Amino acid sequence: MSPILFYLFAALTVCFGIAVVANRNPVASALCLVVSFLGLAALFVGLDAYFIAVIQVLVYAGAVMVLFLFIIMLLDLKAETRRKPNLPAYVGGGLVALAFIAQLWLVLERYSAAHQPFPTMWASEGKSIDDVTNVGTTLFSVHNLPFQVIGVLILVATIGVVVLSKRELK
Amino acid sequence: MDYLYSTDFLFLVGTSLAKTIFLIFLVVLPMVSYTVYAERRVSALIQDRVGPNRTGFPLSLIGGKDWSPFLGGLGQPIADAVKFLLKEDFVPAHVNKFYFWIAPTLSMMPAIVTLAVIPFGSTILGVPMVVANINVGVLFMFAISSVSVYGIVLAGWSSNSKYPFLGGIRSTSQMISYELGMGLSAVPVLLIAGSTSLPQIVEYQIHNGWMMLPYSNGHLGWGKTLLWIPIIISFVTFTISMFAETNRLPFDLPESETELVAGYHTEYSSMKFALFFLGEYTAMIAGSALIVVLYLGGYHVPGIPNGDAQGGIPILRHVPGLIWGIVNITAFFAKVAALLFVFIWVRWTLPRFRYDQLMKLGWLYIFEIALVNIFLTAGILACTH
Repeated sequence: MSPILFYLFAALTVCFGIAVVANRNPVASALCLVVSFLGLAALFVGLDAYFIAVIQVLVYAGAVMVLFLFIIMLLDLKAETRRKPNLPAYVGGGLVALAFIAQLWLVLERYSAAHQPFPTMWASEGKSIDDVTNVGTTLFSVHNLPFQVIGVLILVATIGVVVLSKRELK
Repeated sequence: MDYLYSTDFLFLVGTSLAKTIFLIFLVVLPMVSYTVYAERRVSALIQDRVGPNRTGFPLSLIGGKDWSPFLGGLGQPIADAVKFLLKEDFVPAHVNKFYFWIAPTLSMMPAIVTLAVIPFGSTILGVPMVVANINVGVLFMFAISSVSVYGIVLAGWSSNSKYPFLGGIRSTSQMISYELGMGLSAVPVLLIAGSTSLPQIVEYQIHNGWMMLPYSNGHLGWGKTLLWIPIIISFVTFTISMFAETNRLPFDLPESETELVAGYHTEYSSMKFALFFLGEYTAMIAGSALIVVLYLGGYHVPGIPNGDAQGGIPILRHVPGLIWGIVNITAFFAKVAALLFVFIWVRWTLPRFRYDQLMKLGWLYIFEIALVNIFLTAGILACTH
């Protein structure tokens, strides 16, 4: 990926990420988060990870955020937009974020492996990597047990949701 | 940075631009306006009416019904477009301006972006006829079309009145429900073709017979015949989900006139309304194109060589590949047009579903059938290979 495009999409992701927090209107916040996700997906494309990029859009922008927006619109949060910005909370949050960035910087500076470039993943000359196959084989061979465990966890969560929502109906 | 100034890169940019302009401005947008025209003429035919038959070429009364029974009416889309542009663009005072303005574009853009991964022809002078050949083409189509729901949701919400809001809410739940069914329905095809790249799926169908017409490569086989069963199930569920996904009758609940006036675009007028209309029809064309690529062999016609004058009947290979490249593109859009006719035909034949029936169909039938179908396909594939 050309560095210009990287900085463009990175800036897009970060700016709209900030806008999510800064916006007073919940609907606007949710939409900013969608744009931020799209920027992130573009960064994945820059790493030739098309599959992850597409899944990022499909799951987060296309499904999760639509449901968020749905709920926000149904709740009709008018009080939220009228609330005054809380300055101490802003300053505190900013300080925490800065501390985190500083920590990350210091750790990465001393970690020798972080200075080496990533191993290139090109399969062969002029042919792009079939990342769907790569992700699939890795999941089902190397990480088979954790994958199955996650599957069971998700099943439990699904059943839990059904039970909870059924109880409320009565 | 050298790559950015190389002739390879300029060639890539130039051909991509040419393909994009050809696809969007010369094929899809005219196709959209003539699909609207076809919709009116076919509905008239079905209901034993005449339909728009006056605005012919030239755009005056000379081109009326006395001149030619067929050409009369072909100028109607142009007249419609002019009407949309010249009407007053009225924005009600109670709407949320920013979102009200951005919603029509959000419903139009995703539909156009999905066209980027459609292989609409083989090659012309060695250039593959697909704008972006990515290895996750099918998923890309699903991902981008799932984003198009924002246009409808925002239109419903920002209009700030009852009917659009209800339309928007209905549309959201409908699209989320049927996305699952649609994605799962397509999995058998991906399993059989062994790829998520659309050009490779077409390539597979050229060598092994179309998904829906397995003997089209001239070879019979037991494995293929067995696989036909899950493919037909998958085709039916996929097509039904596509109807729901593009908000077409019998699933056009978001804009059902009898209950919701016009649903999410009640408050829109002029070109903003037209953008919703264009978005819906572009999504329909993109959906038909996806069905053609997945099940009906894409640009391939049995016996016709590809753009490099390879494959097909040997004697036809003496004709220059350029001609076959053009024939392939024509074949692709002819198939798309045939599917669009089916879309219209269904719309004017079936009555609208009730909302709870729609949800029940999506979650209790399409979803389950698609899920079981994946296991069926995998089982047959495991046994026959």
